[in-house]
Amino acid sequence: MVPPPFQILLDAHGRDVHRFLVATVGRSDADDCFQETWLAALRAYPRLRDTRNLRGWVMRIAHNKAIDHLRARARAPVAELVEVGVVGPVGARDDSGLWAQVAALPVKQRAAVALRFVTDASYAEIATAMGTSEEAARRNVFEGLKRLRQEMA
Amino acid sequence: MTMDGFEEQLRTGPGDHAVPDISEAAAAAGLLDVAFTTVPSPVGELLIAVTPRGLVRVSYLDGALDATLDALAARVSPRVLAAPRRLDPVRRELDEYFAGARRRFDLALDWRLAQGFGRRVLQATAAIPFGAVSSYGAVAAAAGSPRAARAAGNALGANPLPIVVPCHRILHAGGGLGGYTGGVERKRVLLALEGRGAVTQRR
Repeated sequence: MVPPPFQILLDAHGRDVHRFLVATVGRSDADDCFQETWLAALRAYPRLRDTRNLRGWVMRIAHNKAIDHLRARARAPVAELVEVGVVGPVGARDDSGLWAQVAALPVKQRAAVALRFVTDASYAEIATAMGTSEEAARRNVFEGLKRLRQEMA
Repeated sequence: MTMDGFEEQLRTGPGDHAVPDISEAAAAAGLLDVAFTTVPSPVGELLIAVTPRGLVRVSYLDGALDATLDALAARVSPRVLAAPRRLDPVRRELDEYFAGARRRFDLALDWRLAQGFGRRVLQATAAIPFGAVSSYGAVAAAAGSPRAARAAGNALGANPLPIVVPCHRILHAGGGLGGYTGGVERKRVLLALEGRGAVTQRR
């Protein structure tokens, strides 16, 4: 089966992919990760065999780009990290502290929490995007939330 | 903080940020196979699409954007993206044509949506100048099959590049208006624009 026009995919999922990336890699790096995600998807698209779960497929690419990015950043010298900044706190909004805490979560918990709440994913969808079992997806969300509650208390 | 309020805050997300446009980066990476946009015109909204080879599709939309994009994905490539800037040269020439300031299109054409006899008919049609008209039999002959006027009519009806490849300039030998891919009313408008309003009055 021929996959649908790529623009349909971008229109349907672009906003959620971007929100997920802002929540995981931060505002200043989200645009680069976003572009890398969609170019990778575009590169593989014509040869895609299974077109039944395109959202899951593209969220998985976005997740992998975010992880790659965070690992590269973890290896970067401190000066560079300062330049990049922490996750974009959200202007004058009250929950900026919350997003700084999300940014401080271990990577898997951070990704799982972002998928669950920012993109409204089910545990099955989180498992698909992160390449884990559904049980592990549930645990990552649970542990992430627990930690956030402690930090925010 | 209640659990609900806390999760609600997470759901709201980390603020709203503009989603970047990837079409130029895709083109630079050689991954933009079909760039499209829609433009208004005196004959209704048009979809225009280019490949790296040239203009591949002009379509009278009539509300059927999804079906038109589906056909491009199936027949050219699923790497189809909205990329209005890539269509600037096409849009400019169309605007000039409709403003009466252009009589000939200087655009590279990608003929891949027409094959064989049909393509030859359309290429013969592309050579008919502004303000002139021809017949189904004449373009069939120019395409190498003088007796295939009816087949030529079918090829013109399936013209993937109307307006730019001027199938509206083909009339019945007896003077009748003939058919048109976007409906015969549009054919009248285009012929009138080219100073051929009189032929559209004949029956």
